[in-house]
Amino acid sequence: MKRSLEGAAKESPEGVVKRGLLRWLPPAWRRPLAVTGGLVAVFWLVIVVAAPLLAPHDPLAQNLPRLASPGAGHWFGTDELGRDVLSRVLYGARVSIPLALLLVAMSLLVGGVLGACAGFFGRWVDETVMRIADLVFAFPTVILAMVVAAALGASLQNAVLAVLVVSWPSYARVTRGLVMGLRNREFVLSGRLLGFSAWRSLRVDILPNVLGPLLVLATLDIGTATLLLSGLSFLGLGAKPPTAEWGAMVADGTQQFDKWWIGVFPGLAILTVVLAFNFLGDTLRDALDPGTARTIGAEKERVA
Amino acid sequence: MTTRTTPHPTAPLLSVDDLVVQYHRPGAPPTRAVAGGSLQVRAGEVVGLVGESGCGKSTLARAVCGLVPPAEGRIVYDGTPVRPLRVRRREPALTGIQMVFQDPYGSLNPRRRVGAQIADGIRTVAGRGEAPSDATPADLLTRVGLSEDAAEGYPQEFSGGQRQRIAIARALAARPRLLVGDEPISALDASAQLQVATLMRSLAVESGAGLLFISHDLSVVRLIADRIAVMYLGRIVETGPTAEVWADPRHPYTRALLAAVPKPDGAGVLPAELPGDVPDPADPPSGCRFHPRCPKVFDGCDREEPQLIAGGVACRLYAA
Repeated sequence: MKRSLEGAAKESPEGVVKRGLLRWLPPAWRRPLAVTGGLVAVFWLVIVVAAPLLAPHDPLAQNLPRLASPGAGHWFGTDELGRDVLSRVLYGARVSIPLALLLVAMSLLVGGVLGACAGFFGRWVDETVMRIADLVFAFPTVILAMVVAAALGASLQNAVLAVLVVSWPSYARVTRGLVMGLRNREFVLSGRLLGFSAWRSLRVDILPNVLGPLLVLATLDIGTATLLLSGLSFLGLGAKPPTAEWGAMVADGTQQFDKWWIGVFPGLAILTVVLAFNFLGDTLRDALDPGTARTIGAEKERVA
Repeated sequence: MTTRTTPHPTAPLLSVDDLVVQYHRPGAPPTRAVAGGSLQVRAGEVVGLVGESGCGKSTLARAVCGLVPPAEGRIVYDGTPVRPLRVRRREPALTGIQMVFQDPYGSLNPRRRVGAQIADGIRTVAGRGEAPSDATPADLLTRVGLSEDAAEGYPQEFSGGQRQRIAIARALAARPRLLVGDEPISALDASAQLQVATLMRSLAVESGAGLLFISHDLSVVRLIADRIAVMYLGRIVETGPTAEVWADPRHPYTRALLAAVPKPDGAGVLPAELPGDVPDPADPPSGCRFHPRCPKVFDGCDREEPQLIAGGVACRLYAA
């Protein structure tokens, strides 16, 4: 999928060729939002990898004129310490995006395992896990994350832990529901009748059938995770000052309100990342939703 | 017919005695889906269990496999009491009971290749400690009348009838000594129904296994079953050799069921309909459970509950 999206990007000047390439995509991925989401996500992933090559200045060096407005030499302007905003936004991608991906992967793992156990074993396992999840759900997400981050001490690592604490329950809930629905399906029972252990049944019969919806949830959650992490840094509970982190940069911007470029560019970076992953998640959901006729068509194409 | 030797040749392979299965609903009295059913299946024998929808046939089949826990009564398979399947692995001895489910679209894992799912069954034999067979998924697929390369496909590439054959192949791969078919043909096209039913019978009989075949289609059961058990509202009301029951039904309910089977004799006689609906199993009628619908009801039927007598019928008309 990524390969074809990059292909579409390269050929975009020639509209005809582009339409031809789009036809290679599964129908759910042909819509403008899907293509936009894919392109923007790829764009940011490229920046994550290549930030040191792309950034014109050292993001921490304070050797430029202070508070210079955007112009030649520093396209996004400079901040109150004379650091290049463009370089800081580019390097900020290396902080926010990998951390958001890691965070989602960890939430998926923790929430998925706990939810699968709750759904499959039921009884006290279910009660324990879901009551803890309810406890987390009972608090407003940002406030609980702030409490956890403040209790652990302000650092990026603790901010990730804090967001993990508030984000695993939604995975646990979804996984539990899916597993409970599958647990009494006949193919799972057939496996048990053949002598599968609970573990084997979970791994072979249940897990492959819950992975699709969970991946959709995870993709949709990358945006939310980015937002929460930046939010914690904005509040001073995440990245420590010299680090180029988008949320912390927006916070700096609020100190210099008339120097709009300090806050707007990192803000735009957050916006585009969140939007791109939300579009991708929506598309993935449409592509995997077995209820739509469009997807059934895609299945047939793949088989043929 | 029977090729295997059992420890006690006369003892039935499966024996269900006074089985009671209850479903609990919050805020309501428990529903007795099976209320004192007794049934035997011998090795190499095909028993057809028939009855209307909601009479407890499927629940009985599930209890035999350990999928629902009995509230009372005993289920003994080859000398081993059947314990309900919970979180633990199924006892290896009990993997000799295999089931073919009703819905061929739900009984195969959509994400695994057919061959891998059949291979699970082959592995079960080794897990039971028996000499592993050299059968491959391809062999089993040929035995159920599919091509060998079906092993490479995914379930959704097959029709309902083909999937049911795959499910049968998987169950047979475990070399069951008792095969339970829970309405295995009711979700199939008319053209596939008889094929699949006769296939199940021949494969079970060939391997010397017993077959408990559940269906509401009397005309198919008549063709494949050695013995018929008729169930009404959680109880077995009549049992006997298929030919006898077919020629001379005794219980009024069995008569009504047989009268409802269309006869292709050209006489143009429409099948008789049994008036009324099956009562709620949560609140069964007093006395004989069939008395509110029975055309031969007489004084006392609403008070005395008839037991299954030695002749194989539970009706006060035939009181010993």
